[in-house]
This record gives sequence, C-alpha cells and structure tokens, in this order.
Amino acid sequence: MAWLRRHLLLFAAVAVLLYMLLPNVVVAVFSFNDPVGRYNYTWTEFSTRAWTNPCGPQGLCDALGLSLRIGLIASLVATVLGTMIAFALGRYRFRARSGTNLLIFMPMATPEVVMGSSLLTLFLMMGVPSGGLAITIAHIMFCVSFVVVAVKARVATLDPRLEEAAADLGANPTQTFLRVTFPLAAPGILAGALLAFSLSFDDYIITNFNASPSSITFPMYVWGAAQRGAPVQVNVIGTVMFIAALAIVLVSQLLTSRRQRAAA
Amino acid sequence: MPAWSTWSSMAELAVLSGGTARPPARRANWVPYALLAPGLLWLAIFFVAPMVTLLSQSLQEGSVEAGYTFTGNWQIYVDALQKYWPQLLRSVGYSAAATLGALVLAYPLAYYIAQKAGRWKGLMLVLVVAPFFTSFLIRTLAWRTILSDTGAVAGLARSTGLTDVLQAVALTGNDSLLSSKFAVIAGLTYNFLPFMILPLYASLDRLDRRLVEAAGDLYATPWQGFRHVTWPLSLPGVVAGTLLTFIPATGDFINSRLLGNTQTVMIGQVIDSQFLRVLDYPLAAALSFILLVLILVLVSTYVRRAGTEELV
Repeated sequence: MAWLRRHLLLFAAVAVLLYMLLPNVVVAVFSFNDPVGRYNYTWTEFSTRAWTNPCGPQGLCDALGLSLRIGLIASLVATVLGTMIAFALGRYRFRARSGTNLLIFMPMATPEVVMGSSLLTLFLMMGVPSGGLAITIAHIMFCVSFVVVAVKARVATLDPRLEEAAADLGANPTQTFLRVTFPLAAPGILAGALLAFSLSFDDYIITNFNASPSSITFPMYVWGAAQRGAPVQVNVIGTVMFIAALAIVLVSQLLTSRRQRAAA
Repeated sequence: MPAWSTWSSMAELAVLSGGTARPPARRANWVPYALLAPGLLWLAIFFVAPMVTLLSQSLQEGSVEAGYTFTGNWQIYVDALQKYWPQLLRSVGYSAAATLGALVLAYPLAYYIAQKAGRWKGLMLVLVVAPFFTSFLIRTLAWRTILSDTGAVAGLARSTGLTDVLQAVALTGNDSLLSSKFAVIAGLTYNFLPFMILPLYASLDRLDRRLVEAAGDLYATPWQGFRHVTWPLSLPGVVAGTLLTFIPATGDFINSRLLGNTQTVMIGQVIDSQFLRVLDYPLAAALSFILLVLILVLVSTYVRRAGTEELV
C-alpha cells in the first residue's frame, strides 16, 4: 500500500501518457486492417495491402502532394519572416515593442474559425480567388507567430558577448551574423520551421474556408473521406507521419545532448 | 541549453513572457524596423484587415448572386444571438469542461516530467510532443474506433457501470459512448492536452525544489506544501495552458462534428456551414465576430483576475 502511494504520481503520469498515445497506436494497428465495407472502425483481418499500395484511393496522393508543397512554401516564408521579427525583438531596442508583441500574440489567441472566415471575407472583397494561393497566404499568416516565439526563445539565451568578440576580432556585421549569430540560433530556427510545417500540413479549418474544389489538401481529403468511410491508406500516411516526427525529434534531441557532452 | 526549452517555450505566450523579457542591448536605428516590416505587414494585411472586412461583411445585405451592399444594420447581431445563443453557450461550456479536464490530467504528468523523471525526461517530452506532429483529423477519427460500441473501452464502461453514471449526468443519451457530449468533451480534452502540458512543464521545471523542502522543514504536510508553494509558483503555466486550451477549443468543430450528434453542435460548426453551405455571409460573419469578441472578453477578464489576485 505504501509502495502504491509512493508511486501514485508515476502511475498518473504514465496513464495520461497512454491516453495521449492511444489514438496513434490505434491508427498504426488499423493501417494493417482489411475492413469489410467502407468503415475502418472495427478490426477484421490482418493485411499489408494498404502499405503496399499507399496511393490506391483516388485523389489521396494528389492531396498529399499539394499539402507537402503548401507546407514547404508556407513554412519557408513564415520562417524567414518570423526569424527576422524574432531577431528584432531579441537584439534591438525600438519603439512599438509592446504593439509588436500584441500583434504576434493575437493570431495565437484567435480561434481558427474566426481567422478562416475573416480571410474569406477579405479575399472576397479583394477578388482573390480561392485555391492554393489563398491557402498558402493564410498558412504563412498563422505560422509566423509560432516561428517568432520559437526563435525568440533561442535568441534570448545567446550570449551577446560572442558577437562582440567576433566584432573585436575584425568581423564585419554580415560576417558576425553568418559565422556566429546564425549558427547559434539555428536550432531555434529549425524548431520554428518544423512547427510551421506541421501546423500548415495539419490545418483543416482555415484551409477549408479558402480552398476551391481543385485544391484539396490532405486534411480536406481525410475530412471528405471520413463522411463516406476513410480508406485504410489514410492510416498508413498517419503512421508514417508519426514515425517521421518521432525520428526527427529524437535525432535532434540526441544531437543536442552529444554536442553538450562534447562541449562539457 | 536543452532542445526542450525551445520546444516548451513555444507554448509560452508572448504576452506572459513579455513582462520579464531582458531589455535588448543595442542602440536603436533603422535595422529593427527593416527586420519587423515584412512580417508585421503580412500580419496587418492578412490578420488585422480581415477583422475589418469581417465586421463590414456582417453589416451588409444582399446575396451571393446579386452582390452585397453596406447597410450598417446592426439588427443582424440581435438575430444571430437570438437564434444561436445555445450553440455559443454550449461551445463555452464544453471548452471550459475540456480545459478543466486537461488541467487535471496534465498537471501530474507535467510535474512528474519536470521534477521526477530524471534521465527519462527527454523521452517523455518526445512522447508528449510527437502526437502533436501527427494529423489532428486522423487521431480524432481514431477515437471513433476506440469508443465504438463493440470496442474494449465501451465494454469496460458497461461492466463497471460507467455508462449508467454518464447517462445519469446526461453526458450520454444511451448505452453507447460515441455521438455524445461525453465523446466531444473527451475529444477536445485529448486534442488540446499538449498545449496544457508544455507551459505547465515549463513553469514547473523552473520551480526551485528547495522551496518545497523548506516548507517541509517548517512542518507543512505534502498537501500544504503543494497548496502554498508549488501551485502558486506554477500559476503562470496554469494561466498560459488554460488559455492555449480554451481559445482553440471554443472555436473547434472537428470534435463536435466527428464525435458528437445534432445536439452537440458547437458555434464553429454553425459559422462553417453558414459560410460554406448556406452561403449566408452576413449572418456567418456576425457570428464569427461575436465569437471573437466573446473570447477576447472572457480571456481578458481571466488574465486580469489571474494577474492581480491568486486564482484560489
């Protein structure tokens, strides 16, 4: 009983972690299912059919390709814009700092349905057609703030004396930035870019407001398919994404700890 | 610096960390403005301007075919509130329940990772963050499998009498767990849990263990130590986490659409269908604007309360 009490916190922590991971496990398990009928909700029989033919269902891989393209462009632009803002906030003194912070904070504190619908009204009035361009613009907008927060956290921990040392050794501002500041901030920038990519890749609500019938992203495909019964291949893609995310995060974690050990 | 402080600080709100930020070291010149301009311009055009066009759209009359003209008729707001107040109220209620649920679930896990996990800390944080990088829709659909009538969870709930309890408090309408209030709130809790865990972890990780030990030395029971030392010091994380959960959960309609029924429709679902299916743009815009204002009012009241006095 005393043993149970001592480990109560551990049990609670593990239970919550299992609650968080259960859906991922179910998605992976059901990617090997061979369902009867349209709905992949009950286990029928083991099969690797979906894994050997991931592009089988019509439109799935087109949607995946579109999401990857939009994700890459949106995360690239958002990372550049967000990193610039983060450097301005972390390295310079200027007026309108609190106004800037508020403008960065607001998109994170606005429900997606409000951002999506308001952009739709803007695009309607400006005559911007729905589709890939409108979606990309929207994704860049909501990703910028997250990049700023990620990069700012990293920039805040950088020792300004390192840059001063570079300048003392005769480096000009461009050289200082490229050889000292940028490499030191790179992990934060990478984290911001990854976060932006996954936010863009995963967005349904805002995308749906700005999409046209010819611009079906992967989440929109999943949503549409869910109404008629989603094909097993959707689970295959979900599983691959989960493993890829796990691998990227684990590798970055290992690299950081190795570098720290080397530095110590 | 561990990579984790980068991941977790993402979840800390700019507004909350703003007050403690170290003043930047350099002299002012044109450089910061040049760095800020492109990004802020983007936000001004595609975030701020749409709020104006949204308001303007709500005050127009006409139709998609005939075009719209601005009439400035605020009556639409009265109509929208009269017709859809149950969905608005329900969204706030579900979202508040999910936020509370997420806080109760996240606190022990965040505390364990921050204070007790030792060398498992990195791995546990990876496991918290990883689902966050996997499709939200696919994971929500997985809950349909987990909660389905033939599944193990439903069986367990029936044999332990949980289904009867849920029915008694009207969280479910019948024997099944799916297509109910319960499923929607559980789905919302699940989906926004990482947003609660990360800021809580960040504030608990900074907690000085010696303060809790000092409380013990002064004869505080573990509960008193938690109540008077740990909890107050973790409040910034609690505030950030509850905001990051409550705000998106209130506007969400994926959970209510995939896990609920016609009695669990949330306001986001109404806005979505009015805009994209019914094509009643002024009404949809008015509802969207009401949701925005409602959240701003609730959040600013909450932040002010949490900022000036203790929450409990």
